[in-house]
Amino acid sequence: MPSDKSQRSTLGGEIFVINVGLEKFAVELSEQNVPVIQVDWKPPAGGDTELAALLSKMGL
Amino acid sequence: MQLIEQGNQEAIRRMLSAEPVLIDVVPAKEIVPGLKDRMILHAGPPITWDRMCGPMQGAIAGIIVFEGWAKDLDAALDMAAAGEIEFDPNHHHDAVGPMTGMTTVSQPMLVVENKTGGNRAYCAINEGLGKVMRFGGNDQEVLNRLAWIRDVLGPGMGGALREMGGIELKPLIARGLSMGDEMHQRNVACSGLVLRAIASSMAKTSKDATALSEALAFISANDQFHLNIAMAMGKAIMDPLRDIEGSSIVTAMSRNGTEFGIRVSGTGDEWFTAPVEMPEGLYFAGYTEADANPDMGDSTIVETIGLGGFAMGASPAVAGFVGAGAASEAANYTHRMGEICASENPEWTIPAMDYLGVPTGIDIRLVVETGIVPTINTGIAHREPGVGQVGAGVVRAPMACFEQAVRRLAEKLGIS
Repeated sequence: MPSDKSQRSTLGGEIFVINVGLEKFAVELSEQNVPVIQVDWKPPAGGDTELAALLSKMGL
Repeated sequence: MQLIEQGNQEAIRRMLSAEPVLIDVVPAKEIVPGLKDRMILHAGPPITWDRMCGPMQGAIAGIIVFEGWAKDLDAALDMAAAGEIEFDPNHHHDAVGPMTGMTTVSQPMLVVENKTGGNRAYCAINEGLGKVMRFGGNDQEVLNRLAWIRDVLGPGMGGALREMGGIELKPLIARGLSMGDEMHQRNVACSGLVLRAIASSMAKTSKDATALSEALAFISANDQFHLNIAMAMGKAIMDPLRDIEGSSIVTAMSRNGTEFGIRVSGTGDEWFTAPVEMPEGLYFAGYTEADANPDMGDSTIVETIGLGGFAMGASPAVAGFVGAGAASEAANYTHRMGEICASENPEWTIPAMDYLGVPTGIDIRLVVETGIVPTINTGIAHREPGVGQVGAGVVRAPMACFEQAVRRLAEKLGIS
């Protein structure tokens, strides 16, 4: 990611980022002074599909 | 699912409508249901002698000598190993106990009555900090203190509580939250409030000025005196929720030093257990993590009702004491626990968080879905018997307990 704002024109202006998933992406952007928010998110039931299906049937 | 939602609404209604009152102090043999001679109630889910940790075995040896069932600690250990003592969890007898949680026939028990449900719950009196039986201490100093609690403090408190008609605990907790307590690792405000409430009645009912002076000094010097009262209160609040059809609300969390166990309203008195985790925290001078025992005690009943780690935002000072980070981070713990709870308590609020109610009603579905497990503020015992407390910290409830409970509740509800 270029740190010079003039090089960000391909995205039409200054970049503000919301990152979901791997935190490393957010860290990299933050280190280049790009405003970024890391969403604290995990797959439901830690990615256990059987438990996630049960929870869905239990009202979540 | 409607049955679960209805069950949880009823569970929260029972929690919030509870009216716990500290009414008496009574010898365990007179009041704890099912407690017998040569029987020891312990903290946590059921466990056999051979699987108990060092401090639990140390406390058991000490309490056997205290009760006069053996002449010394070696004979007591032989007696326990030979199967001559019956063990059972406090939770199976309407009781709770901190850390090792020793309850035996001659100990004076705090009696908390839930005026709404009419049920009662019991807990022994807090012994103070350092080398004490709940942390596995068992020498003559520890036993002498227990004898004084049995012979002087317990009867003195019981007489005063009967004379004054008891202490209402709900408003006392509300005041304590506004004074910086979270009621697990910080009870300094509530202990002071209890002393203020009971002192004049103790003076009025005491016939011995020296004994009265010693009793008042003991309470004054123990910042954690209120913990055991909060625990009996927690048990009295949660027991009426123990069998609500469909409810996914946790009714008890508890540890025996080997396993962590939870109970859930919709699955009755069944335990869901997993290996207990090590606390992360700060140690007293001269001790390190290598000295620590895995987490233990029934005191997690405090978190079960929305206090302790759940009310960390009320007690920034405790965040530093238990090594949970900066004081400014305390509110984050409370917000995070709010994500796994079904409601908030409008009567127990945190002024520094714009009077947010403490998170109330841990929902096993939310724990498993979010991956957020309950945060518990806890004391740390030395791993060897006879030493006592070596620090304080934070420990997480094992996710495996909640996953088992979700599967079992689904099975009970015919969901597959």
